[in-house]
Amino acid sequence: MSVVSIFFTALFYISLAIFLIGMTRKIYQYWMTPVPLKIPTAPTPLTQTGVVMRLAREVVLFESLFKSNKWTWLFGWLFHVGLLLVLIRHARYFWPGDLPEIFLLIQPFKYAAFAMVIGLFGLLGRRFFVERIRYISAPSDYLMLLLLLVIGVSGVVMTFTSNHTDVIMVKEFASGLIVFNWADLPTEVHFLVHIFMVFVLMAIFPISKLLHVPGVFFSPTRNQVDDARKKRHISPWALKQEQEHAIKLDQTLGQDSEGK
Amino acid sequence: MAKEFDIPKLPTYLEIPEINEGAMEGKGPFKSSKEFQTPLGFPGEKVDNWQEVAINKMGELKSKYRSVQVFLDACVKCGACTDKCHYFLGSSDPKNMPVARQDLFRSVYRRHFTFAGKYFPKLVGAKELDDEMLDDWYNYFHQCSQCRRCSVFCPYGIDTAEISMAAREVLDAVGVGQKYCNQILGKAITIGNNLGLPEPALRDTLLDLEEEIEEETGVAVKYPLDVKGAEILLITPSADFFAEPHIDGLIGYGKVFHQDGVSWTMSSYAAEGANFGMFIGSYDIMRKAALRIRKAALDLEVSRVMVGECGHAWRVAYSFWNTLTGVGAGASATDEFAQKLQNQLDSRYPQPQHIIEYTHDLIQRGKLDFDKSANDDRTVTFHDSCNVARATNMGGIPNGQFILPREVIKAVCNNFVDMERGTIMESTFCCGGGGGLLTDDLMEIRIKGAMPRMQALKEVEKSDAVDTLVAICAICKSQFSKVLPKFDFDPYMIVSAHQLVSEAIIMDKPQTDDSQAEVAKEAETEKVD
Repeated sequence: MSVVSIFFTALFYISLAIFLIGMTRKIYQYWMTPVPLKIPTAPTPLTQTGVVMRLAREVVLFESLFKSNKWTWLFGWLFHVGLLLVLIRHARYFWPGDLPEIFLLIQPFKYAAFAMVIGLFGLLGRRFFVERIRYISAPSDYLMLLLLLVIGVSGVVMTFTSNHTDVIMVKEFASGLIVFNWADLPTEVHFLVHIFMVFVLMAIFPISKLLHVPGVFFSPTRNQVDDARKKRHISPWALKQEQEHAIKLDQTLGQDSEGK
Repeated sequence: MAKEFDIPKLPTYLEIPEINEGAMEGKGPFKSSKEFQTPLGFPGEKVDNWQEVAINKMGELKSKYRSVQVFLDACVKCGACTDKCHYFLGSSDPKNMPVARQDLFRSVYRRHFTFAGKYFPKLVGAKELDDEMLDDWYNYFHQCSQCRRCSVFCPYGIDTAEISMAAREVLDAVGVGQKYCNQILGKAITIGNNLGLPEPALRDTLLDLEEEIEEETGVAVKYPLDVKGAEILLITPSADFFAEPHIDGLIGYGKVFHQDGVSWTMSSYAAEGANFGMFIGSYDIMRKAALRIRKAALDLEVSRVMVGECGHAWRVAYSFWNTLTGVGAGASATDEFAQKLQNQLDSRYPQPQHIIEYTHDLIQRGKLDFDKSANDDRTVTFHDSCNVARATNMGGIPNGQFILPREVIKAVCNNFVDMERGTIMESTFCCGGGGGLLTDDLMEIRIKGAMPRMQALKEVEKSDAVDTLVAICAICKSQFSKVLPKFDFDPYMIVSAHQLVSEAIIMDKPQTDDSQAEVAKEAETEKVD
C-alpha cells in the first residue's frame, strides 16, 4: 500500500472513532440530562402518537422552518434531502462483493448532488447577503458550508465531468475499510480532497453545531406530550428534593455534576 | 427611565427592520439590593469570584435541564428566528434577535464547556464571561419576555425563554438580580401575594367589591375568603383585586360563580396566581411560591382548584403545578406527596381548571343566560397571551387554548373580529410587558416591543372599527393600559374576557336567600354531571 493509502485508511478509522465515541457521549448526555418541567410549544400534541407525528414532520418536512422562512426552508430542505439521497447511493462503494439488484434503483440518486449543492449555495448566499444572518454567523458557520460545498462539488465533478475517478478502485478501498481488507485508493486530487473533507466532517460532527441532528429528537419543546394535568411529571433531582422536604434557596451556588 | 426615545410608527405592513447595533444598549432594569436578594437565598451584591460562580452555575443548569444543554448545542444559526421577536421588530437592536440573545449565553458556554470553544474560540464565536458580557446579559436577558414565539418557528424548537431563565438564574447566583422580580417574590413567598396585601386588607377589598356589585346590580354576589370546605379554590393574580381593568374581570368571575351556585373561596394565604419564580428561572423559588397553593387547597379542603385570568400563572398552573405541588392528577400509587392532594381533588374536573374552561363549560351546558346586546357598543378582538397560547391548553382538545376564550367571548358579544393570523394563536405577539418586564424602568423596551401587536390592532381598527381588546392575562392588561395611548388608542379599550361576561350575564333576582338557592343549584349540578 502506498503512503497516501495508509494515511487515508488511518484517517478514516480515526475519524470514525471520534464520530462514534463523540456521538455516543453526546447522545448519552442528552438522554441522561433530566427534563424537570413540561415545556412543549404550541401547537402541542396531546398524545404520544401526536408527538411521533410532530417529530416526523419536523425531521422529514422541516415543518417549523417552513412556517418560519420559505427561502431558508427551500435551500435547507434541498440540501438535506440531496445529501441523504447521495449518501444512500454511496452504499454501493462500501458494499463488499457484487451489488444486489436493489442498487440499480438508487443509481439515479446521483442527480440529487445538484439539489445538495444548490441548497448549499443558497444557504451560503443567505449567510453573506442577509444582514441579520450575517450578524449571527461565526467563521465556523461559513466554514461548515464551505466544507460541505467542497464535498458536494468535488463529488459532482467526479460524477458528471470527464474527471471520473477509478470507481473499481474506490469500491475496493471503501469496502476494504469495512471488511478490514485494505486496498490502495485512487490518487486524483479531487477524490482525495473529497474523502478528506468527508473524514473531517465525521470528526467534527460531535463537537460542532452538527449536533442538531441528535438534538432535534431530544428537544423538549418538540418531543413532550402535552398532558401535564393528567400525569405527574417529575425529574429525579426534583423528586429527591421533594422527598427531603428541601427547598434549596440557600444553595444557589451550583456545581457541574457532569464533571464529577 | 428619563432617556428620550422615539415611539415606533405603526406601518401598514410589519416590516423587518435593518439592524441597528447598540439601539437598546444600556444598564438594564434597576438592580436588586441586599434586602430583596437575601430572602431568596441570593448573594446581596456581586460576589468577588463571580466568574467562577457563574461558570459553575452554568454547568449545574445544563446538567439539570435538558432544554439548556440541547438548545446550547443544537443551534445552526439558520436565522429562522431572527425576525420573530417583537423586541427586535420594535427596537431593531440585533441582540434582540432570539439567536443573538441566546448567543450571549451560548458563546460563554462554548468557551468553557466545548472542545471547539476552548481551543478555537475565535472560530466558533466563543467568548469569555467578562464584565462587559455580564452587563450585556443583564441588559438583554431583561429584554426578553420569555414569550416563546421564537420557539414556535425554530426548526429544533429552541426556546429562548429557557436560555433567558437560565441566564437570569446565573445572574441571581452571582448577586446581580433584578429589583422588580425579586422584590415581588419576597412578598409572594412570605405574605402570599405580589402586592404584599395582608389578610385584613384583602378582606376589606372584597367586602367593598361585594357592596359595589350589590349596589349596581341588586344581587348579593359574594367574594368568600378562607372558607373551609368550599368546593372551589380560586387562585387569581392579585392585580385582579385592585388594578383596572382587572377588577372588572374579578366581578365577572364572581357573577359566574353566583349564577352556577357553586361554593367557592379565595385564600388569604395563597392570594396570588402570578408566580415570578418562573421569570427568574428558579425551580425552587417557583416551587416555594406554588406550595402555598397546595397548602391552601389542603387546609381549606377544597375539591377543585381554579385559576383566574393570568398568562404565566396559567402556564405555571397548567404545566408545572402537578410537578411542583401535586395539584393535578395521575400521580403514581407510591407518590404519597401528590396522592395526598389528588385524592382530595375531584377527578371529574380538570385540576387545575382555568376560569375560561369553567365558564365555557357552563355556557355549553346552558347554565348561563346572556343579553349579548349589552356588549353591542363594542367591536372586540382577542389578544392571545403568550403563555396561555404557547405553553398551555384548555378544554383538553387540540388548540383549546385558542378556541375556548374565543367561544366565551362570542357567547357574550355579537361583534368579534380576529387580528391577522400571523399575529395570533401560536404566532401571537407578546404585549411587550411579560416575563418580569412590567416595570417602569423598562418602559422604552416595553413600548418598542408592543409595536407588532399595536400594528395588528391598528389594522383591525381600520378595517373593522375594533374598539375593544380582550386579554386573559394580568400583565397584558396592565401593559396595554400603559402602552395603548402611546400608539393613539384608548387606554380603556383593554378589558378582561370576564368583564364582557359580566356585562352580558343575566343575573337571577331577587335573591332573597342565598344559601338555599345555592343548595338547590348544587343539587341540579350533580344531576347534570
